[in-house]
Amino acid sequence: MRLENWIYTIPLRLRTLFHRNRLDSELDEEIRDHLDRQIEFNLANGMSPEEARLVALRTLGNAALLRDQTRAMWNWNGLEQLIHDLRIGIRTLSRTPGFTLIAVLVMALGIGANVALFTVVRSVLLKPLSYSDPERLALIYEADHDQPHHTPWLPVDAGSFWEWQRSTQSLAQMALVSPFQGYNVSGEGGKLPEVVEAAWCTDNFFSLLGVQPMLGRSFAPDDDRPGAPAAAMITANFWKRRYASDPAIISKTIWLDAKPYTIIGVLPSTFVYSGEFGGGTDQIWTPVKHEAPSSLLKTYGDHEFQVVARLAPGVSLTAIEARLDALQRQIKSAHPEPAVHKGVIARTMLDDAVQNYKTPLYALLGASGCVLLIACMNVAGLLVARAATRSKEFAIRTALGGGRLRLIRERLIESLLLSAVGGVLGLMLACGALEWLIHARPDMHRVEAIQFDGVAVGFTLAIIVLCTLFSGIISAFSSGRGNILAGLQEGSRSHSGGRSRALLRRLLLSMEIGLTVVLLVGAGLLLKSFERLRSTDLGVPVDNVLTLRLSLPNARYKHGDQKAAFFEQLIERVRALPGVSSAGLVTAAPGEGWNGDDLMSVVEHPPLPVGQGLDFMLRGADPRYFSAIGLPILKGRTFNREERLERANVVLISRGAAQEFFPGEDPIGKHLKAIDGSGVWEVIGVVGDVRWNVSKPPNPTLYWPIYGNGYGFATIVVRAAHDVESLAVPIQKVVAQLDQDLPVTNVMTLREAVGKSTVDSEFDSILVLAFAIIALVLAAAGLYGVLAYLVAQRTVEFGIRLALGAQRKALLRLLLFDGLKPALVGLLIGLPASAGVVRLIRSMLYQTATLDPIVFAAVSGLLLLVALAACLAPAWFASRLDPMRALRTE
Amino acid sequence: MSKPSDLVQGTLDLLILKILALEPLHGWALSQRLKQVSRDVLQVSDGSLYPALHKLEQQGWIHAEWRATENNRRAKFYSLTRLGRRCLEKETANWERISTAISGVLRLTEV
Repeated sequence: MRLENWIYTIPLRLRTLFHRNRLDSELDEEIRDHLDRQIEFNLANGMSPEEARLVALRTLGNAALLRDQTRAMWNWNGLEQLIHDLRIGIRTLSRTPGFTLIAVLVMALGIGANVALFTVVRSVLLKPLSYSDPERLALIYEADHDQPHHTPWLPVDAGSFWEWQRSTQSLAQMALVSPFQGYNVSGEGGKLPEVVEAAWCTDNFFSLLGVQPMLGRSFAPDDDRPGAPAAAMITANFWKRRYASDPAIISKTIWLDAKPYTIIGVLPSTFVYSGEFGGGTDQIWTPVKHEAPSSLLKTYGDHEFQVVARLAPGVSLTAIEARLDALQRQIKSAHPEPAVHKGVIARTMLDDAVQNYKTPLYALLGASGCVLLIACMNVAGLLVARAATRSKEFAIRTALGGGRLRLIRERLIESLLLSAVGGVLGLMLACGALEWLIHARPDMHRVEAIQFDGVAVGFTLAIIVLCTLFSGIISAFSSGRGNILAGLQEGSRSHSGGRSRALLRRLLLSMEIGLTVVLLVGAGLLLKSFERLRSTDLGVPVDNVLTLRLSLPNARYKHGDQKAAFFEQLIERVRALPGVSSAGLVTAAPGEGWNGDDLMSVVEHPPLPVGQGLDFMLRGADPRYFSAIGLPILKGRTFNREERLERANVVLISRGAAQEFFPGEDPIGKHLKAIDGSGVWEVIGVVGDVRWNVSKPPNPTLYWPIYGNGYGFATIVVRAAHDVESLAVPIQKVVAQLDQDLPVTNVMTLREAVGKSTVDSEFDSILVLAFAIIALVLAAAGLYGVLAYLVAQRTVEFGIRLALGAQRKALLRLLLFDGLKPALVGLLIGLPASAGVVRLIRSMLYQTATLDPIVFAAVSGLLLLVALAACLAPAWFASRLDPMRALRTE
Repeated sequence: MSKPSDLVQGTLDLLILKILALEPLHGWALSQRLKQVSRDVLQVSDGSLYPALHKLEQQGWIHAEWRATENNRRAKFYSLTRLGRRCLEKETANWERISTAISGVLRLTEV
């Protein structure tokens, strides 16, 4: 219809929409008027009153049909029918509240999980970083594939960086950043001292990212030089927390490591730097050339930095990578020292931030997708079952002229109602789950980017439509097929009816069970891997050990003897505290991280070729650390009290180091020499192996005295007989007595520390397990439903069988087998499918084979057991039937 | 011809519009007029008139209004709207074109 016509008919349309009742009565009146006039006309033509009425009715035709046909011409007719169908749908669903509740909850769980994970995947993995032109940002690392103990993504040394920057000026801008620094912020103006994580960066770092400070200014080249006035930028968070959002913060002084710095800028709250090596919690940013020691800025052998690059338009990541890789090879040949790396690898900044979350998040999304599919199948199965019990009603309606489409529409609307209510509930569930996730996993990169937005709502709507179509169409086509007569006849006396519909449900069930098997296998493998991780032997007993970390500022503790004196005094006082069984100092406790390594050679051995060395992980320890942490001294002795400061030239090595570097000989009395010539140490003992990271194998490790070797930081390790947590406050008081300004960090038990490093694995395995359990419960409910339905349908048949002398045991066996068939078929589909799918999550597994036979066997066993339990009740019921009562059920 | 052909049936709208163009009528009068002018050749059942009338009304081609009639009764009178008049002209021209063409074909004599 043309627009002009449309506008012309607006008043009429409104009237048709809002005054339907009046239109109805007017139509009735119109038809009555017509009849009256016809009757008068017939009377006038000489008919008897009775005849006149009959003839008038005959010429008019079927009045009721006429009314319907006329009404069908009205506008909004479709809408009216829809409302009508909705009303019928609500009425039918509320007649079976139990069914409705279960179906809605099932849908809510499925939809909620999917919406939540979709939002996480979209926000964390796909949403561009909040810098300008983020797709041109890349991180560049060094690579050195010959070193087995290293990850392939190696940090960068400053020496190489300056050369990279010089030679690629036309291809990319580059900035140097060291995100794993930290400062002791002194207490001033009533504020407590604290340790904050910090980063060093070159002056171009923020301009390269396109980040503007919300207050003050960014670094200028003049800030980023050794003798410049000390300047610092702080994050919005730190500004709010420590300075109560003081608007006059710019140019104020902050004391970092007991030195004054001028605050020149506040970073916007949207700024978060999250890379492979962390940085998301950094709160203070300082210029690298002002902060780093000059030796670190020149060296090619000490790798303390990350490199962020903004590629020029038209320059690809692979091009810059190839260019720098070639350059790095030249650097390596010019500096053949072993610590200089020989290659370069690069990846986009987004990949760098979220690489480790890709597989787990996609795996979780896949698992939740499976749960939704199972939920849809279950609801479809329930709708099919309901359609079956109403087959007679449908047959009668069809016989009376009910349109096929209208009947299908009714089923669709029923499933739409279930999906829509489930979807709304699911949306709320998803909101709650995301809220929880943001608080439960602050360690996850880009967790701050998670946002519930219009796209998530749109996704929910799309899922609702898909679920509606899926379960609605299956149930719609299960009903009303075949001829009407069969339906009417079947309803009259059902001996073995409804089997075709049960076949459809069994097919659905087999698929459901197949998916459940896949989920169960995934969950089983992840759980086993988590269990392996959790029970990993760190190398020391983890119970009743407390660790506390502190760091001495160089400005106040200038010389080695000041630091050693402080540490000695501290540990004596800690040992004297009531409740402390033993205590020690170490630069990094087991599981506390990498914390430095160096290349050594053995003086007594033939010299190593140039460019090679023995890679030792380095630890400073006090003489009684080994007994405090429970690390056995296997050979030799620990340090004595005199071996400190300039006499600290003795080391203990780990068993792994002894086996790898001193095969078949006694390391005691041998001497280690640093490749860079910085010293020689005598090996005086061998201790057990410990892990630096729960999920990584132990490295060859070297322990030297912490009193000396320049250490200004330490972890206090305290062992107690019980309630070691209660010692935290007394120990912090001891520290405060010695130095009022010294903050204590990372106060936690060794068990907590281990738990922290397994949190990813725990999170993933528990979520997948939860999905698998939901799937299993749904599948079991489905199995039970189908068999119970079949038994109800065949009650009379069983009655006859029993009356004719069938054995109850045989009947039970028959039914159990009947019920278990879908489970067996599902298992046959699911096991090979799992074998394929689990390969995708291989990177998430720790010391667990993807085809772990125990997991596969346990899953099969569990599934069959649950299936058996689900089938037992209806089968038992059928075999206990009283034949007389069964025959009378009609 | 006992039954009107489909072609004629499909032009019911046109007939209604034409009759109403002459004067506003209510449903029963319209049915009588239809029988009268077509000399009972077009046997439109009274019932099928109403869906057609309501359709035309919803399209805005005719306008309905309740008016008092004899003996204190009232009836729903249908009259042509401006839109309907324009439409009638178009449909009439259309019909004449088609019927001329068809008559022409039917007048062909076998050779």
